[in-house]
Amino acid sequence: MVAGAAAVYTLRLADDCLVLSHRLAQWSSRAPTLEDDIALTNVALDLLGQARGLYARTAELDGTGRSEDDYAFMRGEREFVNCLLVEQENGDFATTIARQLLCSTFQLAQWQALTTSTDAQVSAVAAKAVKETSYHRDHATDWTLRLGDGNDESHRRMESALAALWPFTAELFESDAVAREADALGVGPDPAALRPEWQAYVRRVLDDATLVVPESTWTPSGGRQGLHTESFGYMLAEMQHLHRSLPGVTW
Amino acid sequence: MISDPHEAEFQALIDSDQRIEPRDWMPDGYRRSLIRQIAQHAHSEIIGMQPEGNWITRAPSLRRKAILMAKVQDEAGHGLYLYCAAETLGVDRAELIDLLHQGRQKYSSIFNYPTLTWADVGAIGWLVDGAAITNQIPLCRCSFGPYARAMVRVCKEESFHQRQGFESLYALSHGTPEQHEMAQDAVNRWWWPSVEMLGPPDTESTHSAQSMAWGIKRFSNDELRQRFVDMVAPQAVVLGLTPPDPELRWNEDRGHYDFGEPDFEELRRVVSGDGPCNRQRAAHHLAAHDEGAWVRAAAAAYAAKHPATSAAA
Ligand SMILES: [Fe+2]
Ligand SMILES: [Fe+2]
Repeated sequence: MVAGAAAVYTLRLADDCLVLSHRLAQWSSRAPTLEDDIALTNVALDLLGQARGLYARTAELDGTGRSEDDYAFMRGEREFVNCLLVEQENGDFATTIARQLLCSTFQLAQWQALTTSTDAQVSAVAAKAVKETSYHRDHATDWTLRLGDGNDESHRRMESALAALWPFTAELFESDAVAREADALGVGPDPAALRPEWQAYVRRVLDDATLVVPESTWTPSGGRQGLHTESFGYMLAEMQHLHRSLPGVTW
Repeated sequence: MISDPHEAEFQALIDSDQRIEPRDWMPDGYRRSLIRQIAQHAHSEIIGMQPEGNWITRAPSLRRKAILMAKVQDEAGHGLYLYCAAETLGVDRAELIDLLHQGRQKYSSIFNYPTLTWADVGAIGWLVDGAAITNQIPLCRCSFGPYARAMVRVCKEESFHQRQGFESLYALSHGTPEQHEMAQDAVNRWWWPSVEMLGPPDTESTHSAQSMAWGIKRFSNDELRQRFVDMVAPQAVVLGLTPPDPELRWNEDRGHYDFGEPDFEELRRVVSGDGPCNRQRAAHHLAAHDEGAWVRAAAAAYAAKHPATSAAA
């Protein structure tokens, strides 16, 4: 038995959502079309809502009674337990779309499994998130097809985006004592179990998009232990500076 | 002196307060004037995403962050409906965006001021969205149907934005001394530019008479400015913040607030391109547009290869 496994598990889910939301929000007023500016912000808002629901539950499970803002703004880099994929920088639109395809496919499978969580609050967040995330995956899928099968430049950009991000997907499916305990408690799936479904969907989309699945021997990981990539520190510095500069006030 | 039968019919529709629809006959001047006004309104919504968007990644709480993201997204939506309304007049969005980039169409001068602190986000919601509502409520009865209908939808969201801005400033003003000072400083900087948002004084306003005759404009700039001041002056009292206008006071006889003379010279300078952020806002929009060119080209190439899927999408 791992003490507090459920809380660590929900915190991982919440951090994935918050960090990905923040990255997507950085696109505001910068997207290639107005429609996509709106769509990316939509996705970011859904993810932020999901994170907030999960922080609320985490605070009960870990018994600290922390607020959502304590989790988001008062933890340091080493205390965030999101996976490395969600924190990867936006890059060009192809990089963001590739990251979205890989993440939303994973998150959709995860939310679907979480709808039957024994934790009523988690299953309630999941019920709403399934609908939202299936839209996220559709958006990413549509753009993967258009970019992969668009013109030479878009194909080339999509290929290099996938090559850069693919190594980070291994970490999504890592199993550990926390994941196994959460699974045994019925709180949520061991991510390792989500791999076949994820792989089948991603392969089919990449195939339709005339893209090939990259090969990589490098499988970076560490996010779940708070070991992040360098750019993450800058993201947190920007996100947290105002909240921390006037401690304890009401905004 | 209307001799053309089309024109007589057109004017009769306007005079009886009915809407002109895209397929109806309309004078060239009416069409041109509307295209310009709706396009500039759309550009304002889009450029207006930048100053507030500047704080999305630094919003100090998750709740405020969600509100701000939703607000900036609403502004993008407003831009979209407005470009669509302009398109019913026979232009396309890409052309209008080119005119923006060439500086041949403008956007509201208010967005050429920088957002220097978090309180600016609240001040913009309260004052800038407040001035926008004052301008736009009469446009809900504008003679051109698609514009009037877009405004009905837009106004609902703008009043929501104004309340949220007010609430955010209220929290700051009633917070710690540093927060209060931040709120007051923001109001000091945003007050006059917001009062100027209602346009040049009536004595200098060109095109107003024709726009009134066409049922596009219903109140003069100075009338709208008075309405705006009458709305926000008592709200400032509730906020506990002092507008930077020593002449602002209730005038019992007029039943309105008296207020000082805005610096219209400053407005002219900012409108003509020399505000603090004109160059930055234009460059940001142009850079995003250029950076997205390959994406739009790819989407067009895909649509040409897969006509069926794209039509269904
Ligand atoms: Fe707006
Ligand atoms: Fe607004």
